[in-house]
Amino acid sequence: MVLPDLGPLLLTVRLAAITTVVLLIVGTPLAWWLAHTRSRMKSVVEAVTALPLVLPPTVLGFYLLVFLSPNSTLGGLWLTATGTTLTFSFLGLIIASAMYSLPFMVQPLQAAFEAVGRGPLEAAASLRATPLDAFLSVATPMAVRGYLTAIVLTFAHTIGEFGVVLMVGGNIPGRTKVVSIQIYEEVETINYAAAHSLAAILLAFSFIVLLAVYTFNRRFPVHPG
Amino acid sequence: MRALSVDVRVSYPEFELAVTQAFPGTGISGLFGPSGCGKSTLLRVIAGFERSATGRVSFGDEVWLNGRSRVAPHLRGVGHVFQDARLFPHLSARGNLDYADKRAGRVPARYSFDDVVNVLDLAPLFARRAHQLSGGERQRVAIGRTLLARPRLLLMDEPLAALDTRRKGEILPYIARLPTAFGIPIIYVTHALEEVTQLCDRIVALSDGRVVAAGGVAETLERLDLADVQGRFEAGSVLTGHVAGQDTALHLTRVDLGVAALEVPQIGLDTGAELRLRVRARDVSLARTRPDGLSIRNVLPAHVLRIAPEPETAFAEVLLDLGGQHLRARITRAAVQDLGLVKGAPTFALIKSVAFDRQALPRVMPPLGG
Repeated sequence: MVLPDLGPLLLTVRLAAITTVVLLIVGTPLAWWLAHTRSRMKSVVEAVTALPLVLPPTVLGFYLLVFLSPNSTLGGLWLTATGTTLTFSFLGLIIASAMYSLPFMVQPLQAAFEAVGRGPLEAAASLRATPLDAFLSVATPMAVRGYLTAIVLTFAHTIGEFGVVLMVGGNIPGRTKVVSIQIYEEVETINYAAAHSLAAILLAFSFIVLLAVYTFNRRFPVHPG
Repeated sequence: MRALSVDVRVSYPEFELAVTQAFPGTGISGLFGPSGCGKSTLLRVIAGFERSATGRVSFGDEVWLNGRSRVAPHLRGVGHVFQDARLFPHLSARGNLDYADKRAGRVPARYSFDDVVNVLDLAPLFARRAHQLSGGERQRVAIGRTLLARPRLLLMDEPLAALDTRRKGEILPYIARLPTAFGIPIIYVTHALEEVTQLCDRIVALSDGRVVAAGGVAETLERLDLADVQGRFEAGSVLTGHVAGQDTALHLTRVDLGVAALEVPQIGLDTGAELRLRVRARDVSLARTRPDGLSIRNVLPAHVLRIAPEPETAFAEVLLDLGGQHLRARITRAAVQDLGLVKGAPTFALIKSVAFDRQALPRVMPPLGG
């Protein structure tokens, strides 16, 4: 068996890990707001958050390419400030992945926060806990399964992305060449052996991660109320 | 002893609450009324959870609500015992208690962690999680947790509603001793009259979002125009007396009411203990002369204070004077006519011993550690 180039695989794992952390930071307050707001804007924000679920990755990738390119306001500012472009860079890839995987972080978290509800938070407030304290000491541990689901889905979904990455990142070895693109490339060049080993690694990895999550959820059931 | 003063309005499309009421800074005030009358909403306004509330809420010289500006709930020092306990499921019973104790921090406390654990008998429950506790145990832990936050005011929202009669009987004595043991004023929401008569020092009756009566338990409950709040089925009055003696062979307790004595099914209280008994109006019969050869044990001499025929029905409410205490009787209008009952007429009130509520509590609980 030919050992394939593992660089793209490591790059992919790095990309997925960083994207997950970024989305945890961005997605938690967004999910919290969606779970508790009574604003009329809620439906609009929910729809925007869910867009990446239904849009073809190429459409999302195309718009990101347009907004991040050096000719756009954002991309232009970035170019003047740093001398590098956002498109066809690892940073651009992180931004694109975060956009693409946003619903996979926000939706499980929102559902988990809604399941926790206001009741335990009111109880915490009546015990002198500040809102931040109540969030950290009550809502977060009660929503732990939601967090686990969100993290795993975000990570796994980012590993599996293809279209958006191709549009925004291109195919630059060591910078933007991720494993799904490498597999595509191996198949294109009729190098089935390398494609096989990479595909098998991804398949085994995904299965083991999901198995671990479901085992954990069985072992540590959360008893609500 | 800080008093709570409330002058608030909450408007929903289908419901409006408008309450102006003061609550003293001691003892247990009952907030009483049928389901949907606004009891819980008023409690949530006091706790600070009701965002749409407007008006004024003050506690001593602190203002908690002024117009629309609210003091955040966690800064009020108000303990809230919820109907559904709301224990944190990710913590053990002990963890729930520690959660509150830790956050009380530097609040001056008149009692320790162990005091609360002892009074509510919580030590055997420490290791268990919420789903491993019975309904009554859960409420005991919830009450203990709330006390350990060292609240300055304790709100209890139908804490016994989810429990069966036996569990209620288990937990009532614990609640009754809270004000004396811990010196915290309590506002106690309920729609059960038994809980009002056994626990409360005064009541505020709500109906349809308004206060319809407020004052001492006995005089408020005897008001005839309260019938629509209580429901006719439940209309009754409260008698206060002392345990005069026990008949262990026949399982009866004699209660001295001052001018007369009652026999009720045995109550496990010491001789001399003060207690309250609630008598439903429909359980009281009247006679003009002292009857003979009856199974009814309790025949009390009384005078008619007032007769209120209920329009469009066969019934009339008769208010009786029993040496200063009041007793309501609900009899037919035909009986009023036949007996020739008029204001001031001497009469005898007949009450079956089985008509008394099964549980009764002493009014003065032994002090903490006693």
